[in-house]
Amino acid sequence: MEPIEVEHLRKVYADVVAVADVSFTVATGECLALLGPNGAGKTTTTEILEGYRRADSGTARVLGVDPATGGMDWRARLGIVLQADRDLGDLTVREAVQHFAGYFPHPRDPDDVIAAVGLQAKAKSRNGKLSGGQRRRLDVALGIVGCPEVLFLDEPTTGFDPAARREFWDLIAGLKDEGTTILLTTHYLEEAEHLADRVAVIANGRVVAYDTPANLGNRSQASALVTWEESGSERSEATDEPTRFISELATRFNGEVPGLQVHRPSLEETYLSLIASDSAARQDTEDGAM
Amino acid sequence: MNRTLAIGRRRIGIELLQFFRDRESAIFNFMLPMILLIIFGSVFANQEIGFEDVTFSQYFLAGMIASGILYTSFQNLAIAIPMERDDSTLKRLAGLPMPKASYFIGKAGMVFVAYVAQVIILLIVGILFFGIDLPSGGNKWFTFAWVSILGLASCTLLGIAFSVVPKQGKGASAIVAPIVLVLQFTSGVFFVFTELPSWMQTFASFFPLRWLTQAMRFVFLPDGAQVIEAGGEWQLGLAALVLIAWTVIGFVLALTVFRWSPRGEK
Repeated sequence: MEPIEVEHLRKVYADVVAVADVSFTVATGECLALLGPNGAGKTTTTEILEGYRRADSGTARVLGVDPATGGMDWRARLGIVLQADRDLGDLTVREAVQHFAGYFPHPRDPDDVIAAVGLQAKAKSRNGKLSGGQRRRLDVALGIVGCPEVLFLDEPTTGFDPAARREFWDLIAGLKDEGTTILLTTHYLEEAEHLADRVAVIANGRVVAYDTPANLGNRSQASALVTWEESGSERSEATDEPTRFISELATRFNGEVPGLQVHRPSLEETYLSLIASDSAARQDTEDGAM
Repeated sequence: MNRTLAIGRRRIGIELLQFFRDRESAIFNFMLPMILLIIFGSVFANQEIGFEDVTFSQYFLAGMIASGILYTSFQNLAIAIPMERDDSTLKRLAGLPMPKASYFIGKAGMVFVAYVAQVIILLIVGILFFGIDLPSGGNKWFTFAWVSILGLASCTLLGIAFSVVPKQGKGASAIVAPIVLVLQFTSGVFFVFTELPSWMQTFASFFPLRWLTQAMRFVFLPDGAQVIEAGGEWQLGLAALVLIAWTVIGFVLALTVFRWSPRGEK
């Protein structure tokens, strides 16, 4: 039994299919990133797992429990990082973190948590006065203070500057090393590539790709595009054997190849093409139906 | 159960901290009765109201203490909870290992402490500036206690139930404040109740505030002053019945209509 198991999850609001058919599992200490455009069903899926919503069909298990029926003991093992920015405004950072620690049986030390998210200097500031990025760090602090076994991170680094994002990634890597299982939703592909052991791309309520970041959409096996300059113009060739091709080029040029570049699809390009081909496919079926 | 109470106690502390730090709620729900008492008490300081030497400021103090119940419980919660629903406070709490009852214990405890503090300040202002005497005799204090508790219980539950009415947190005060104001005008807070048109008296008699003001006048005015009450009596038994009825109605409503998530989400 894995900490998070999702099979054929489905949720329909009125006449909108929010989640059509989603399945994945997350192993202990693993981080799974859910990627997908807005409205793809990431948030609904996450909120079903957090126990905020009920699925129409399919099964969801978090720590072996159906989230719709999970009690206090189950909740005490979860950490939820919300996207909220207005609540708790009249409390200080330390008051909020200390208060939230009190709900859990074995919390982390509040001051350690405040330090871990880099808010020591703001510990006595009112939460309402924090910047956007500081506010997100408070949300993360409130999500991890209970020492959760499963952590839900909903777009945790929105509004972070690049240095803060790096620090946050180190923090999450540390939690993973301690065995925390993490479900991450994010819009930053770089973040998914850095943190996630596996990535599930969700589009229109379905998982359209599910793999390690390196293999997503078979991009590790995808053709490489080799470009170079010859006779004053740019030439390029797509090849499955870039090494052999370049050594042939080197022979032909008798040494350095001018302007040589080898390009494989980045995670972002792979993601965008997955999303694009999914909506193209849907467009075709819809057209066919009419 | 112990855990529910222990967490409920922590919620009372955090609720009070937020109640008094939020400037709007501190002024609107806590300071307002004192401000009104000073203004109205000064304007009508020695105006007599038809019985011996009972002045309007004494009559008004009883009305303000009764209004304080409505401010700290109904008005406070019916405005604060929609805002908490909008700003994700409730969502965050629902995701914690917190028994739901602890949240309501926190609200009720906050209301109780805020009310007691408010009454103490109102009485100090009344004694220092308007020549009001503290009630003498165990019977009056006993009545003060049960009227306060029944009033707080019914209006707290009604405030929790009413929190589903405002569509958004932002507009909540614009819906709740006029209701409180109309009840105050018709229930014998700003005017002597028996001088109001009889249809207005009838209207107010359906709601708790009219009975709270009358019972508080029993506590804070001389015994003989009942001649200026409706029917020349204090009607404490009827007051108790109406407050108990509203407590039951509030309990059933709060239990059935309360929502943790904003409209359109379930």
